[in-house]
Amino acid sequence: MAPTFVIMGVFLILPITLAMVFAFYRIQPLGDVSYTFRGWRNFLRAFSDERVRIALKNTAEYVAIVVPTQTLLALSLALILNTQIKGKNFFRIIFFLPTVTSSAVLTLIFMWICNSNGLLNRFLAFVGLPTYNWLGDPSVALKAIMLMNIWATAPLFMVIYLAAMQDIPETLYEAATLDGASTWDKLIYITLPFLQPVTFFIIVMGIVGTFQLFDQSYIFSRGSGGPNNSTLTVVLLIYQYAFRILDMGYAAALALMLALIIMVVTLVQRFWIKEEKFN
Amino acid sequence: MTAKSFWAAPILYTILILYAILTFLPFAWALSASFKPLAEIVSGVDGLIPQQFTTENYQQIFVQEPLFFRWLFNSVFVAVCVTLGNLVFNSMAGYALARIQFPGKQLWFFIILAVLMVPGQVTLIPTFLILKNLGWLNSYQGLIVPSIVNATFIFMMRQFFINFPKELEEAAALDGLGYLETFFQVVLPLAKPALAAQAIFIFMGAWNNFLTPLLILSDPEMFTLPLGLNTFKGQYISYWNYIMAASMIFTLPALLIYAFFNRYFIQGVTFTGGKG
Repeated sequence: MAPTFVIMGVFLILPITLAMVFAFYRIQPLGDVSYTFRGWRNFLRAFSDERVRIALKNTAEYVAIVVPTQTLLALSLALILNTQIKGKNFFRIIFFLPTVTSSAVLTLIFMWICNSNGLLNRFLAFVGLPTYNWLGDPSVALKAIMLMNIWATAPLFMVIYLAAMQDIPETLYEAATLDGASTWDKLIYITLPFLQPVTFFIIVMGIVGTFQLFDQSYIFSRGSGGPNNSTLTVVLLIYQYAFRILDMGYAAALALMLALIIMVVTLVQRFWIKEEKFN
Repeated sequence: MTAKSFWAAPILYTILILYAILTFLPFAWALSASFKPLAEIVSGVDGLIPQQFTTENYQQIFVQEPLFFRWLFNSVFVAVCVTLGNLVFNSMAGYALARIQFPGKQLWFFIILAVLMVPGQVTLIPTFLILKNLGWLNSYQGLIVPSIVNATFIFMMRQFFINFPKELEEAAALDGLGYLETFFQVVLPLAKPALAAQAIFIFMGAWNNFLTPLLILSDPEMFTLPLGLNTFKGQYISYWNYIMAASMIFTLPALLIYAFFNRYFIQGVTFTGGKG
């Protein structure tokens, strides 16, 4: 057991502690690392940083669209698969493919499908819809990444929903049927209320995951966050400040602020779920 | 719920089949492109079945990119080491927290719970500087050692062992087995489902990890496949035939593992998350 705690100490607890210290310094990581104390200036700087504003706006937009969409999609797929339908396992395995595929490969496949004479545009043209320069047009580049992530993550949440649905007592539905409830009534009055804690959990998992978007933006834009900052996310910005501009203290401060946002969301959810259980 | 009305089932099947196609098509399209010559891909009339079937793309990536095989080896080596390490260390720590009295036990449990809530980005920069100080940048140990324990799975294993029947261990103690013997000979073999779920998640995570290798590796010889693929893409951005072939080689091991252990994977998802 001792080795586990040593490794945890060196690579988990020490870094977390150091991160809180670094955020107050200017760190110059080349050659002999040098530190200069800067007080709260790293944190204050974030509030007047145009790129922080853009990254936050992109990330917030991304979270606001992706989380509800993937949650609804996951719920719908789970509801359908939970009916007495044949071939459930087959569908479940197919749906799950993108979830086990690496983000690097998914991004490459999507970039190829989204390129100007790729599959997506050919399909859009075929059904008479307008086509886009998905990779180069700042107004749609982030949308392409959104589409991909909804598609890749929804099945994971679908499986969590499916598992939770197994715990709903069959007798509730039988009683409802005797009372003459329709399928729709049962969904609204039994299934959804029962799934509420899981839904909160899935939404928080979704928010935590989407706030940390990095791989797709990086591969998509070769690390630049382009075109025209449209795919710049908070984590990509932290990466740029730390490892391209080599301003590690400022990047550490930004990382702490991101952590704070994520933790507040998590705590709000904890609070909510407790409320649920008391009722 | 039951789908009793005569029109419900066809509609549900249609939705499921459409969604299955939507999921499968990008993979099928990429797989078929990996067997097509570039001319056919860019011609704009290519279909799902290659008109001119060729395996040349697969042969060419090893020629065009002499490091490709090295990247494949690095990925396998790192992912296997990280997985084995996690299985041993997380289980032992989880078992200790569940069963053994030792000084600071409460504190460690509290720390693990607290660490669970800290997102990875916070540790990026300090970890980089620690590895730099140790001289571990660009090395296997730099990639492996920091990810060899995982707070989430320590916690999961603790929950698992707490619900584990004590009688077996007591019997083992009567037979004169020590902690370590009991752990390896009695407890671990019975923890197989939990270990399998853990192994799959850790392996997939390590296999697909992009950010950590990106930060600590600068020498192309040490690249893992995701990084290699990314630089490969940079050089051959219009050679979609090569990129797709390389992507398929990268995806295959993960898919095979998933296909073999599908049952444990689903179990693991519900294990780690479901009962939130």
